[in-house]
Formats: sequence, C-alpha cells, structure tokens
Amino acid sequence: MGDDDGLDDDLHARLKGYEGRPSTVAGAGRDPVNAPMIRHWCEVLGDTNPAYTGPGATAPPTMLQAWIMAGLSPHTGRARPYEELLALLDEAGCTSIVATDCEQEYLRPLRPGDEVTYDSVIESVSPRKTTKLGTGYFVTTRTDVRVGPDLVGTHRFRVLKYAPARRPAKPPERRPRPVVNRDNAGFWEGVRDHRLLLQRCADCAGLRFPWLPGCADCGCPDWDTVDACGEGTVFSYVVLHHPPFPAFEPPYAIGLVELAEGVRMVSNVVGVPYDKVRIGMPVRLEFRRYDDELVLPVFKGVTA
Amino acid sequence: MSARTRDSLGGRAAVVGIGATEFSKDSGRSELRLAAEAVRAALDDAGLTPADVDGLVTFTMDTSPEITVAQACGMGELSFFSRVHYGGGAACATVQQAALAVATGVAEVVVCYRAFNERSGRRFGSGVRHREPSAEGAALGWTLPFGLLTPASWVAMAAQRYLYTYGLTPEEAFGPVAVTARRHAAANPAAYFHGRPITLADHAASRWIAEPLRLLDCCQETDGGQALVVTSVERARDLPRPPAVIAAAAQGAGRAQEQMTSFYRDDLTGLPEMGVVARQLWRTSGLAPADIEVGILYDHFSPFVLMQLEEFGFCAPGEAAGFVAADRLPLNTHGGQLGEAYLHGMNGVAEAVRQLRGTSVNQVPGASRVLVTAGTGVPTSGLVLTAQG
Ligand SMILES: [Zn+2]
Repeated sequence: MGDDDGLDDDLHARLKGYEGRPSTVAGAGRDPVNAPMIRHWCEVLGDTNPAYTGPGATAPPTMLQAWIMAGLSPHTGRARPYEELLALLDEAGCTSIVATDCEQEYLRPLRPGDEVTYDSVIESVSPRKTTKLGTGYFVTTRTDVRVGPDLVGTHRFRVLKYAPARRPAKPPERRPRPVVNRDNAGFWEGVRDHRLLLQRCADCAGLRFPWLPGCADCGCPDWDTVDACGEGTVFSYVVLHHPPFPAFEPPYAIGLVELAEGVRMVSNVVGVPYDKVRIGMPVRLEFRRYDDELVLPVFKGVTA
Repeated sequence: MSARTRDSLGGRAAVVGIGATEFSKDSGRSELRLAAEAVRAALDDAGLTPADVDGLVTFTMDTSPEITVAQACGMGELSFFSRVHYGGGAACATVQQAALAVATGVAEVVVCYRAFNERSGRRFGSGVRHREPSAEGAALGWTLPFGLLTPASWVAMAAQRYLYTYGLTPEEAFGPVAVTARRHAAANPAAYFHGRPITLADHAASRWIAEPLRLLDCCQETDGGQALVVTSVERARDLPRPPAVIAAAAQGAGRAQEQMTSFYRDDLTGLPEMGVVARQLWRTSGLAPADIEVGILYDHFSPFVLMQLEEFGFCAPGEAAGFVAADRLPLNTHGGQLGEAYLHGMNGVAEAVRQLRGTSVNQVPGASRVLVTAGTGVPTSGLVLTAQG
C-alpha cells in the first residue's frame, strides 16, 4: 500500500468535505436485545461465559453490530451525504468496495429488552492510496449506538472504495515467427495457400530445401518450384524438456522429417504423444493455424 | 574443395603465454575488463608487455573490440587485427590467424582473446526466439516456429540419429564422455566440477534437457576471459616458458554447412566440417591419431565428442563411446567445457599448452603432441600443438 504523494487530488478535497456528515440518521435496531439471539451467538462461537445466560444476563459486547444490522436490504438506511460520497467515487472509477476493518468501544453492557437506536457519521476519508487491489480511498464511518439517551457503544467501520488494479492485458503467447526474406518469401506464401513448395534447380533438376538462391549441387541460380506430395518419415527427432518457452508446453517433439521427395525439414510431429515419436515413423503433411498470422506446415504421425 | 596438400604454416609460430580470469557465475565486471585482465595475464605469463603486442584476434561474437582492448591494456599501434566468425568454431582459428600473421611478418606478437559474461548476462542456453531476416537469420528461422530454439536441441537432433544408427542408448553413448570430463574437472581448482566427480549413474539420473541430451551432457556456462599469446618460434626461444609450437592449424566447413542446423545433408552421424579440419591437421603436422598423447576436443555437449573422435580417425564410426569408456586417449584433461567451464573453446587451447609445459592438473607424463578442436556443429577449426622437438 502506498500514498500517491504529491499528486493533485481534487477528488480527495471534495471527499474530505463529507467528513462529519451523516451516513445514517435515526436508525433503529430491528429487534430488541433478546435472549434467543444471545444464545445463538454464544453457541456459534462456543462462548460459555455464564454472564450471558440466566437471570440478569447481559449480551456479549461483541454483538454490538448484530443489534444494528440492517438485514437483507442493507442500504435502505443510508443518509444522502453518504450516497453522494459513494456516487462521487463510483464516477471516479472507484466502483469496487471491500470492508477492511472495524473497531468497537463498549460503554455499558446491553441487556435483554434494551431497544437500540443509532446514528452514523462519515468520520474520515483517507488520501488516495494504492493497494494490491487497486487505487482508491479508505472511508471510515462511526456509528453511535444508544439505548434511550445513553450512548452504549461505538462501532467504527472502514471500507476501501477503489478502482480495481488493471492487470496488464497479457497478449496471448505466440510462437516465434518464421524469418522471412526475399530468398524464402515464396515458401511462406505457399504455406499460406496450404502448399509446401520445394525449389527445383533449372539445370540439374535437383530438389532442395531450405530455400536458397542457387543450387548447392551445380551452382545454377535458376529454379522453379514443385509441390511436395506431403508424405514423409521421421528422420530424427528431439523431445524438448527445458527450458520452457512461451507458446510451447514441454515436453514436446520436434521432428526432422524426410519428405518423399528426398529433402528434409524441421517441423512438429502432431497427433502422436511426444514419447511415441520414433525414427522411421511415417508422417503426413497438414497445415495448422497457430494465430491470426501464423500457419505452419506440420506432420501428423501415421500410426499402424 | 578444401586444401589437399600440406600447408606451410606448420612449425612457424608458437603459443608462448596463456592467461585467464576466474570462471564464475557472476564476474561482477564488464566483458571488456575481463578481456583486458586475461590479455594482461597472458602477456605476464609470456614474459612480454603490452607494448610488445602488434596484433589482436578475437571472435566476431566478442563484444570487446581489438582497439578497445589495446587501449585498456596500454598497447600502442596495431598492424594486425582480425575476428573469426561462427561462435565457438573460432577458437582454434584465432590462433591460426595469429600464426598466419606471425609467419608472414604481418605482426610479431599477436594476442588471441575471448571474454564474456555468458552466465550472468545472456546465456546461449536460454535459446533464441527471434532473428533478423539476414541470410544467417533465415537459416535459423526454419526451425524457430516449431520450438527448436536452443543449442542443446540443435545438437540433440544429430545425437538422436547417431544413437539410432549405431543402436546405442544415451546412457552408454554419452555417459562416458560426461563422466570423463567431470573426473578431470574434479582435480582442477578452476573448474565448476572441482571436487565433484560424477558416476555413470549420476549421468543417467540427471534430467532431460533436450532428449536424448541430459543436464550432465551440457556444458558449464560461465563468465570469464581467456587469452593466448602467439609469436614466432624464433622469438619464443628467448621467452621464459617452453613454447607450444603450432605444428598445424586448420579451419573447416563442410558441404551444405549450416550453423548448428546442418540437418539437411548426408547421414547426420558425423561432423564433416571437422573432417576437413582433421585431414589438414594430419597432412600438415605429419602426425596420425596414434601420435596424439592428449585430446582436447570441444565439448559444449557430449555427443559431438564422439563424432570428433571418429572424424579424426581415433576409432571407427560408432565406436567412440567404447573408446572413451576404455580411456584410450587422455581427453579434456582440464575437465573440458562440461566440467571446467564453457569459455568458447579458448580454455581448451590453454590446457593443451599446459600439457606441453608439464603443468596440467591432470598431467600426462611427457606429453609432447596435443590435438585441440573448436566449436562443433558449426564451421570450425583445430590445432596440433607440440613441444619443441
Ligand atoms: Zn543444380
């Protein structure tokens, strides 16, 4: 948690203006202090203090809030200044609220038959704070609980009204991009059209992969392309365990596939568990889309 | 076609100084400062001063430019500076560059260095998710969308095929490499695994990283710096340490070579680029596998140690695991990058020098011919270093 020191905060100045103004006016307990509620409370908490039973019993002091709870429609008793304060915070984006702590003081014990009334006041509004939950303001209200004219206890309640911290939207993890340049762009254009194009030397007719602007066998710079038929076998493979990379979940298998045409390429062997990939396994080409711009030729294991 | 005749570089230059920082999980200082500390330490070791240096070589991946290291170390004018590409494949090639400069008179004293905060800063093992659309970026881009994103996984693809081809389990194939490295590291106070040998059972029980690679098949990523001083064999005679003569130095790239993703060529059970290096090292040094007394073979991941032994002809294809298990060649006596630290192969060159000086923590008595290799799975390099004969 930290103060956003030194920042102009007009909102805080406006919120401070509500300090001392009412948040509840002339509230009344829904039930008088009574033995059944005391008994339930003690049973739930396992409190066997004899002061809370029999003739002359008092209510456990910590029940103070129980006598003033508003029931299932909790906001009906809010005074206008408190509604305005909350609305200002909502408008500023502080739309979330969380109770942070409460303090109570007990001035005299309550006894069955006491009928409580109460008034609440906006006691303080903190400067803007940044917490793990988000940035906002701590608002403390103090409720004075009375029986008749007598103050019997006070209940301080603090909430954080905040704008939820925006977790930086993580872009979906994407595979490394192919490295495309003028020498190999034709291959990746083919992949987009679901074609696996091999270069064929214009002179010696040798097929080659990877793409290069000349023939390693005869040096001829001219070439055209042929479509691979898509059949191949695993020539070698690796199962990658460590380190992990975004967009990949180790362990995964990478194959060096020898195509029926006699050239090799690195790709993924899919449709087969990583630990079932073997050298010599027949594979068949398919195209998979990995994100809005990446289509890759991969090879599906053909199992017997 | 790679070179087919003996080259004339062999025997012209020598490594005369080595220096390193500590290897740690968090150096607490800049990569430049680590580079400068390693360079100064190597010059001290060589009995030379920064003023003697006229050449610097590092990796393209290094963040400390030659000119800045020169300033930070109090060097004067430079007449040679060079960088080698392809990650750890550059390690031995920095020494080759230095030897070329020294042999041709382009420079007299050349320092090779590599320094990084690869553990506390960007760890290579944490993987790649994006590449620029350069030719290099596009080459790696064929694997990224499918989740093949880490060096371990790139190596694992070839390792799986190797196991399949030779009918081996990961435990029997890679376990001996993992255990041997940690056995040596256990005796090395500079190593991550100092005092912590492991068993085959420990290896087999370690968790999968990229199946068939386990945690104990992976190197010890580190912060640190390592430097090496190269000069002519003539000048080396006047210096305090016994020189490690560069009997042969070679680079190699294979057909259809990629960086870490050479998946599209031949049978995936070897390292053809290391075959290129091997042929040239044997031709130029006039040596054969049986002449080698210590092998310092690049081990960022254990499987490629096996393939290197096979490419160099220490054993037949598919037999390297048994070769390692039988301890037929003292291997990575500093603990390798699996056990000492992953310093991009440069610490391995330093260990080869220590073996020739007789100062290794796991000294092979009288070692006079050592093979060192650089990064595997990438265009690479190698050295045969020998004691002055
Ligand atoms: Zn051709």
